[in-house]
This record gives sequence, structure tokens and C-alpha cells, in this order.
Amino acid sequence: MNTQEFLHSLSRSTGVSGHEYMYSKEIERVFHDFCDEVRSDELGNVIGIKKGNAENPKKVMLAAHMDEIGLMVKNIDEKGFISFVNIGGVDPRILLAQEVIVHGKEDLLGIIGAKPPHLQTENESNQAVKIEDLSIDVGLDYEKVKEIVSIGDTITFKAESKKLLNNYISGKSLDDRAGIIVIIECLKELKNFRHEADVFAVATVQEEVGLRGAIVSSYHINPDIGIAIDVCHGETPDASKEDTFSTGKGPVITLGPNIHPALSKKIREIANEYNIAYQTDVDPGNTGTDAWAIQVARSGIPTLLLSIPLRYMHTTVETLCFNDIKNAGRLLALFIQKLEGGLEELLCC
Amino acid sequence: MELLKKLTQTFGPSGNEEMVRELIIKEIRDFVDEINIDPLGNLITRKKGNGKKLMFAAHMDEIGLLVTYIDKDGFLRFSNIGGVSQYYSLFQKVMFKNGVVGVIGYNEKIENMKDLKLDKMYIDIGASNKEEAEKMVNIGDVACFLGEFHTNMNKVSSKALDDRIGCFILMEVIKSIQKHENDLYFVFTVQEELGLRGARTSAYSVDPDYAIAIDVTDTGDTPESKPMALKLGKGPAVKVKDSSIITHPFVRNLMIDTAKENNIPYQLEVLERGGTDSGAIHLTKGGIPSGVLSISTRYIHSPCEMVDMDDVKNGIKLLTLIAEKKL
Amino acid sequence: MLLKALTEANGVSGNERNVRELILNEIKNYCDQITVDSIGNIIAYKKGNGVDDKSIMLSSHMDEVGLIVTGITEAGFIKFKPVGGIDERILISKRVLIGEECIPGVIGIKAIHLQEPTERKNAVKIKNMYIDIGAKNKEDAEKKVSLGDFIAFDSEYIEFGHNMVKAKALDDRLGCAVLIEMLKEKYSFNLYACFTTQEEVGLRGAKVAAYTVKPDLALVVEGTTCSDVPGTEEYQYATRLGEGPAISIMDRASYSDRDLAMMLYHLGKKNHIKVQFKQTTFGGNDAGSILLTGIGVPTAAISVPCRYIHSPVSVMNKDDFEGCIKIVKLFLKELENKPIKKWEVIK
Repeated sequence: MNTQEFLHSLSRSTGVSGHEYMYSKEIERVFHDFCDEVRSDELGNVIGIKKGNAENPKKVMLAAHMDEIGLMVKNIDEKGFISFVNIGGVDPRILLAQEVIVHGKEDLLGIIGAKPPHLQTENESNQAVKIEDLSIDVGLDYEKVKEIVSIGDTITFKAESKKLLNNYISGKSLDDRAGIIVIIECLKELKNFRHEADVFAVATVQEEVGLRGAIVSSYHINPDIGIAIDVCHGETPDASKEDTFSTGKGPVITLGPNIHPALSKKIREIANEYNIAYQTDVDPGNTGTDAWAIQVARSGIPTLLLSIPLRYMHTTVETLCFNDIKNAGRLLALFIQKLEGGLEELLCC
Repeated sequence: MELLKKLTQTFGPSGNEEMVRELIIKEIRDFVDEINIDPLGNLITRKKGNGKKLMFAAHMDEIGLLVTYIDKDGFLRFSNIGGVSQYYSLFQKVMFKNGVVGVIGYNEKIENMKDLKLDKMYIDIGASNKEEAEKMVNIGDVACFLGEFHTNMNKVSSKALDDRIGCFILMEVIKSIQKHENDLYFVFTVQEELGLRGARTSAYSVDPDYAIAIDVTDTGDTPESKPMALKLGKGPAVKVKDSSIITHPFVRNLMIDTAKENNIPYQLEVLERGGTDSGAIHLTKGGIPSGVLSISTRYIHSPCEMVDMDDVKNGIKLLTLIAEKKL
Repeated sequence: MLLKALTEANGVSGNERNVRELILNEIKNYCDQITVDSIGNIIAYKKGNGVDDKSIMLSSHMDEVGLIVTGITEAGFIKFKPVGGIDERILISKRVLIGEECIPGVIGIKAIHLQEPTERKNAVKIKNMYIDIGAKNKEDAEKKVSLGDFIAFDSEYIEFGHNMVKAKALDDRLGCAVLIEMLKEKYSFNLYACFTTQEEVGLRGAKVAAYTVKPDLALVVEGTTCSDVPGTEEYQYATRLGEGPAISIMDRASYSDRDLAMMLYHLGKKNHIKVQFKQTTFGGNDAGSILLTGIGVPTAAISVPCRYIHSPVSVMNKDDFEGCIKIVKLFLKELENKPIKKWEVIK
């Protein structure tokens, strides 16, 4: 299985929050290759279970979210232009001159255009646009649009994924398809090791709109350890060094109240032992990832967060270094392999 | 209509829903098999069946005001209960549970409407001083807005159509159901306006297979309104998304298909901001596929909300058919 | 003195270990079972008489607001972010303690002589602040301080004025002290005293503890805002110092069970203990998490007023604290052998 090619394929697939079923079968198929059992739950989370060899195996849950940010049809005006709302955090400024796909009864190409410069007032050209002032042009008249498009249809960004230099990849939705690939890389590695714990690989839904898939799947699975895999901000010239991480220098391990201190200590020890480069992030509160939901499921779950540095998050040109994904997958596999015996000693506060 | 009027005019801000609850129990007592009140005050009723568990939810509470301080001149300071708009509150009449009526005044000259703040308002119950006021009202007492019930052609306007209209619909569905295989739970929830609280705990108790909440939603059919596809009178709305939920395709399609099969007009709804009980229900335990039936309503959270009774009648019809359908 | 030891211990949200160990030591002889869960909550259980089968949860949080190390500059200065809600303006010119070894540091500011008049007008933002531990450079600093180390205010417990106490973390070590007192008595019902974690970053520990305990009823004991100071209108005071513990009616996270709240208030009045209602509805506490657990838990909150809360110099009145202890004791006694509101079957 060429995971880099699969990442390109996932990046091109479409499935906005709440509509992950549009492409989740692709993930189910791959999970089947590495897991003993694959199922999905009430909200559509895809869960692959790879059994461990202990008598009473502990449960480790890996979570990466399948959903991407996008848009949704709010209204169709009398000229056939479509107004829309955002699903998840969409920066309105990326919408100008953007190509989108409206998923109606059939997929339609749509253009979000901008008011021509010579018709703008001076103020307008300096201000960021607002979503409510934009509309999508599908090149059809009202009657035709109404036949194909309904209120509530989802809209995704049309974006090619590209290979850049040095194993860098750019595309839409690498947040968090990169995380899904990390999980697959981990499952791949685990095929070569004996591991005691049962691994629950979860492709979660609706993270971008409130960690919803993680809330219900962590309740349902009730693991002994939960590990979320998401993306974090990659360093760029216009962002402060304090809030960003270098791409290509390894995955990021988070410290802070959302993370179990014994687990973050152990995973860093393993990284050091096996010379896997990593970076450290400190988050004083809500990490904004599935980890925040998992930590307080039921009677509480010791949680870890592993992130891939990603430039230009929530744009159609998200960019990362694939080496970080491979290293993250390997680190996770080693961590799982080294979970032996009862976890009480490891986890005691 | 009498029932709807009584429902809307009953006192019941969040956390103080008991009078609404008593009214509902009296009305539907003979039409359900079980009636329970849970620790938070949710009214959980059941029409027993052997099939799948289907939970319907409408909230009993309305927005209101909580008295936090009585000054020496007898004026009452308050906090909001739920989303109270400062613009809708100016010079409105409010009523306490014991019937005392007051007016909301403003404690300084209003230069600019943009600066209007709730904490600069006070309730005037006509008391001359603190002692007189304390004979009528205490700290911790709660008031609802006064908003008479009127009908005009097909339209009804009143305070608290959010969500007494939902309660009304559920009560009518309870009375209309003929045969049903599903195990039906009709839950009248508390504290929705404070964050979908009653829905969360009642869904935990009931643990249904599917859920549908009935609540109000915004419209796009008034002058210069923001573009929104909903119009009064074009049918009850099947919600696709709001801030609290992206409805489950199975439940959404169930509602749409049932409407189509029975020639019931319906609209599709995408709401930018706002949440309903299903937002809490669908995230309970391991997840519960949920949807929402919305009644288009103008002027939500004002003392004169407005709905079209055709939408309501069609809503009742649609939900009754869904309740009777074997899932 | 217990409150002194409790407030001087460092336990910023996510790192409550020192406070937890102190409390475990204090309560070990009074409980039938003590568990510590994965997020660090202490759940201390006292069995009832076997006849009164209800379970009552008391809850106070062990964590305090503080800071966390997010970076070390080349010159050896420490960059940080706040943990929990802190008014940034109070940080300037304060002393702090970093990490397990309590490395002393100071949050300084450019001397006033070196500032432009315009600079002096603006509050300093956290991203421009730094802690000085006296390190020569980054390498030197890294010997003592690591990324992710928690930072607490350096502030002593001092009794002053007329029966006043100044300390950091009165919110909510005073609550912990009250709970410890309550554990010393016996009750007819099953009591769960929960010392929770991570309240300040989102009422996190309580959510988990309440799920484990699933009580029939809960009382939260907290420290709360007291804004009866110059610059506020009377109707904006949340509570008044010296007027007794404050009973919550409603806040952003919860609406107290009316019967429980009134019971607390009337117990105070009947027994001539000063008691007040909390006047504002801002903020939230662990009651918000507990109330929504399982099938729902009727919950109330009683708080001791603290001026300058969430700062190194919070101030409380000892009489208010004693009053709180008295009322909570009376409340628990009142509930003994009494049936409480549960699930009601009408039909």
C-alpha cells in the first residue's frame, strides 16, 4: 500500500462534516487490509479493530478526523446564484476566485467570483469579504439550478493535490487526512510487531464542527488510552515562530492539561530511544482537537495528542512534509508495542 | 386554539417550567401509558410499543429574567435567562409567577441604540422603596415577558411560541396517533434556552434509537431580511444544519420521504446560528441519529413571535405519520 | 494550619499532584475508600448506615489558575501562556515559581523611565511578557526549566486586617478545606467528597468524577468573585465580603436546584449565620458539569466571597469561611434520612 499515493487520493475525495459517508468507504477498504474487524457507529465514525495478543487486552484508541471544512447551500436566488454558509472554520478571504463543487443530484462546478475592481469603492478593496456577501455561480438559470440543487447540499473546494519538492505535498483537507494516513502507517508497522493491546483505529466524523464524532466514539469504545492525531500550524514567514512548528522536523507532541503527563513522558522517551525527531507544543487548555473530547468521556481517559505540522491550514493549498507522517506512524506503532502489562503503574497520577 | 393560547400564556422561564408541565400532564394524561418527571424536571411520557425507540422532544421553557438585586428605591435589577435581546426588552411588560407585573426601564438617557445594554435596565413594579418591593418580589424570583395571543387569518402571534408551539404539536400528535409499533417517547424538556440541558439528561435516560426535536426557526420572508430559504406557510421545515447539529441523513430522509409520500408540503432549512434539543440528544452516549422539525417563526425571542397555523397542522400530520411508521 | 498549607501548595490546572498528596494525607483516616482517577480527581467515599441509600456528592476543585512555559528565548528568558482565566494586567511586576523545583522567577517590565508616553497608556499583552530566572542564556535556562513546566504565583498566606486572609488560590483551596472538615463527620447517607482537577480550564475533572459517582444530589463549594470595591455600582457587586457565604441562583453553566438553594439560605437565616445570594450570573463552576451527568443531578453551589480572585492576592473574610463550614454541615445533617427529589412516576 503506497500511503503517499493514498494521501493524494484522500485529499481529492470529498466529505464535509456530517457528510463523511460520501467517501468513508475508501477508508473502510484500507482498514480491512490491516484490521481484524471494521464497523461504523451511529454517527458514521469508521472503526477498525486490530486485536492484540494479551489475555485481557487493554484498549488503545487512535482518532483522526475524516471530515473537511466546506460550505452548504443556504438559498438560491432568482437568478440562480447560490448563497451559502460555512461548515467549520472557513476563512472567507480564500473564497474569492475559488472553484467549488456543489454536490446536488449531480456534481456541479461552481465559481465564487469577486466584484470587478473597477466597481469597488476604495474601502471595499481594503476590507476582507464576508461570506454573506458572496455567492456561487454555477452558470445555470434558476429553474435548472432548482432541479439539481437543494437547500442543505454540501459544497467542497475543487483543488488538485500536488507533489512539491523534498517530499512535500500540497492539497485540500490534509487536515486531517494526514492524520488518517498516520493511523494507516501505524497499522502497517504494527503488522510486523507483537502487541498486547487491542488497537481501535477510528476515523472520526464532525471534528470541525465540535469534536462530535470523538465524543460519541470515545463513549462507545471507552478505551484505556486515547490518542488523537491531528495537524498543527507549520512555520511560515507571516506567522509568529512561537505558535508554529517546522515542517520536516518530525511530528509534534503536545504537553498541557489536555494531555496525560505520564503518557507524554513515555512517548518522548520512546522517540529519543529510537531517534525519531519530534517537536514539543505546550497548550494551556483546550487543544481544539478530538483529544479534548476523548479526555472526559465517561470516567475519564488518559489522552495523548500527536500532530503533523501543516502550513496554510484550512485553505485549499495546505502543505506538509510526508516524512513527518511516516515518522509519526512509526512512533505510534512503537508506543503501542511498548504498552505491556497492566497500565496502572504507567498511568497512576 | 384555546390550548395553544393557554400554553403560550403560561408562566415558564427556564428552570421554572412547573406550571407548563402541569398543564401538559392534565391535557395528555389519558393518551399516554407512562408519565415520569426526571430529577431536572423533564416531563417524559411514553406510548408503549415493541419496535424501535423513537424520542420526540419539545422544550417547555421560555426566555425570561432573574431578579438579582432590589435597590433602595424599589427598582429591580436582573440577569437574563436565555437569549434575551436588549433591543426587544426596552419598555416591555414582564410578569412574575405570582402575577405581579412590571415594566423594563433604562437607567440613563439613550443616546445611541448601539450602546443599549441589559445591565443598564431595571424592572419597575411600582414600589416606592425596597420594603414595599420585597413584599411583592424577592431576589431569585423570575419573570417572563408579557405578549398576548392573537390570531389573524392563518397567523398566530404571541410570546413563547418558542417552543410552546413545539409542545402543542407534540400534544396533538399524542392525541392523533392511531396504531404504532414503535416505542414512542414524548419528552417535554427543561432549560433548552440555557444550553439544551434537559435534552441531554432526558436522552441519557430514554436512550432512544432515533430522535426528532420540534422547535422554531428563523425565516427569510420579511422585508430586507438576510437570505434564507424559509417562508411562513410553505410547510414545516426539515432541518439540515444549525450550530448544534448536522442532522442524520436517515432521520432527515425519513422526514422528507414521509412528507413526499403523503403530499405534505415541507421546506429544507439551513440555519446559520442557533441550536435545538437534538444538538444535545445526538451526542448522548454512543450517538443517537437525530433530526429536527422546525416551524418557521418571525421575530423569535420577542414578545410577539409569529407562525402560520398551516405549517403547524402539517407538522402535526407529518410527525404523526412518522410515529406510526414501522422503523 | 490547613488553609495555609493548601493555598501555598502549587497546583495549576493539569498539575495538581502536590495539592492532591496534601489532601490525601489529611483525609486518609476518615474514608472508607479513596480513589484517584485518570484525570487526577480524588473521589473520597464514606459509606452510609446502609438504610439511607442516597448518595450525595460534595465537590471542590484542587486546581488554581497559573501559567505554563511555552518557550525559552536565546537570551534565557521564559515565554508563557495563561492556564485558566487570568486578567493579563495583573501579571506585571510579580514573582512566580516554575516547575516541580519551584525555580523563582520574576515578570518584569521595562522601567517607566524608558517608556514613551504612548506606551504607558496601553496594557502589556502576555505575548510581550517574559519571566526572568536569572539565566545567562538559553542553555543555562534549559538546565532548570523545560517546555510545559507549570508556573504558579509566589504568594504567601497572610492573615491581616480585621479577620481577613490574603493568599493565592483561595479559589478553590478554601472549598477543599471545607470538604476535608465534612469528611470528619459521619452521615446516614453515602457521601462522595470529590476533589476535582482542571475546573479552571473547563470544568473538566468534575464531569468525569460525576460520571463515576452518579450522585442523587450534589453541592459545590467554591470561592467566588466579590466585587464590592470602588469603581463598581452596588447592583454590580457579585457578593459582599463579610456578609457570609453566597448561595448561587444561576450562572452561565448551571441553574441551581431551587429547593436546595433555598434550603441553604434558610439554614443560614434560621441559625443566625450570615448568608447572601450571589447577585451576578457571570462565570460558571463545577455545578455546570455535574448537573448534566447521567439522568441529571439536582445541584447547588455555596461560595465564599473572594476579592481579587484569580490573582496572587485574593482576599477572603474568615467569618465568611467559618459560616460556609457551618451551613454545609447543617445542610448535610438536614438531608440525613430524608428522601430527596428523584425520578417521579406520575403514571
